[in-house]
Amino acid sequence: MHSGSLAIADAPLLRYVLGRADDALVLGHRLSEWCGHGPMLEEDLALANLALDLIGQARTLYTYAGVLEGAGRDEDAYAYLRDERGYRNLLLVEQPNGDFAATIVRQFLYAAWADPYWRQMTRSADATLAAIAAKAEKELAYHLRHTGEWMIRLGDGTAESHERAQRALDNLWWLTGECADVGPGEQALIETGIAVNPAAVQDVCRDTVSRVLRDATLVLPTGGVMRSGGRLGRHSEHLGHLLTDLQYLQRTHPGATW
Amino acid sequence: MTEGPVVDLETRREAVRRVVAQVPDPEIPVVTIDDLGILRDVIAEGDTLQVVITPTYSGCPAMRVIEHDIVAAVEAAGLGPVQVTLSLSPAWTTDWMSDRARQQLRAFGIAPPGPARSTTESSADTTAVATFFRHAPVTCPRCGSLRTTELAAFGSTACKSLWRCEACREPFDHFKAH
Repeated sequence: MHSGSLAIADAPLLRYVLGRADDALVLGHRLSEWCGHGPMLEEDLALANLALDLIGQARTLYTYAGVLEGAGRDEDAYAYLRDERGYRNLLLVEQPNGDFAATIVRQFLYAAWADPYWRQMTRSADATLAAIAAKAEKELAYHLRHTGEWMIRLGDGTAESHERAQRALDNLWWLTGECADVGPGEQALIETGIAVNPAAVQDVCRDTVSRVLRDATLVLPTGGVMRSGGRLGRHSEHLGHLLTDLQYLQRTHPGATW
Repeated sequence: MTEGPVVDLETRREAVRRVVAQVPDPEIPVVTIDDLGILRDVIAEGDTLQVVITPTYSGCPAMRVIEHDIVAAVEAAGLGPVQVTLSLSPAWTTDWMSDRARQQLRAFGIAPPGPARSTTESSADTTAVATFFRHAPVTCPRCGSLRTTELAAFGSTACKSLWRCEACREPFDHFKAH
């Protein structure tokens, strides 16, 4: 029987890998909530496909976390048996779907960061992370293109679509600073060439965002403060609700298989 | 020599390679996993054989079916047991697809992929936005026209997008360069 949250060893690389796996799983799960509810069939399929890529990345990363921890845990144990405080994902990815514009803005902001992040990771001194990255960066490049095109269509579209996209950007922008945070124990991983130095990715990310926003006639909000905490397990209220859905079956029927 | 339960490992390895190379892709059964570049190797480890495959997309749901089909094909040929292992590196690319597979895709109504973008392209970072709304030309697999339009960036499987030919007016799948 499993109750409560797994006690995970607190090793820097394990923590780092779990954070990236959590980003992919939580965002993939959010997108899966759109399945059958998309504004049109093509975009319903698109969001489900983005989710599939992300959940696939999460599975590979969780599997690697299991190897690193050496406690015999598989991908499902990490996904289903940790409470929200054990999750290390970015606040950005756990935000609710909102309308289509909010989902696209969230996805674009993530992809604008994750695409150059994974490309940089292909040069990691850790062979497994480099291999995972080589697959993820191709997928994220496609995600960036798809969501970037939608940013431009929505922002430079009708008054209604512009307003919705701008409103989503005004809300979500303040959750992007966390991407560049260096977590506990992470500096040593950067220095040994295992983890990505966020400074090496930030310029590319900013450049992508500013180019797309210009074409989309959208503007970055001003006067706010960047929020963080997800990487330390301090989440917005939304993650707990998401996990009750994601973990329901394994929490209600521990060890269930089919 | 090839009859009976005892054959040497190298003979069995070669036979397994031939059998596994014929396993069709579960979602596009006109091409084999060998032609798609999913089958990487068959190697002898101690006295067991390992079939090494590489995933296409991280979340491709066909991978588990492919693993199952490999084991079933090898056992049906009386060449078992084998283990199937996944190799992530080097990452699969559509550039590994054989010319035969490209022809078979076209005959099946799927436009084959063009050259994949290189991960190491130094310009990849700065030109991403400049490529939005632009596509490398895709040839209609039915009539050969280049007057084609993308209808949806995501299609019936992770590896395909949906297009329409403006000349013959038929929709068709495009196997995305990846």
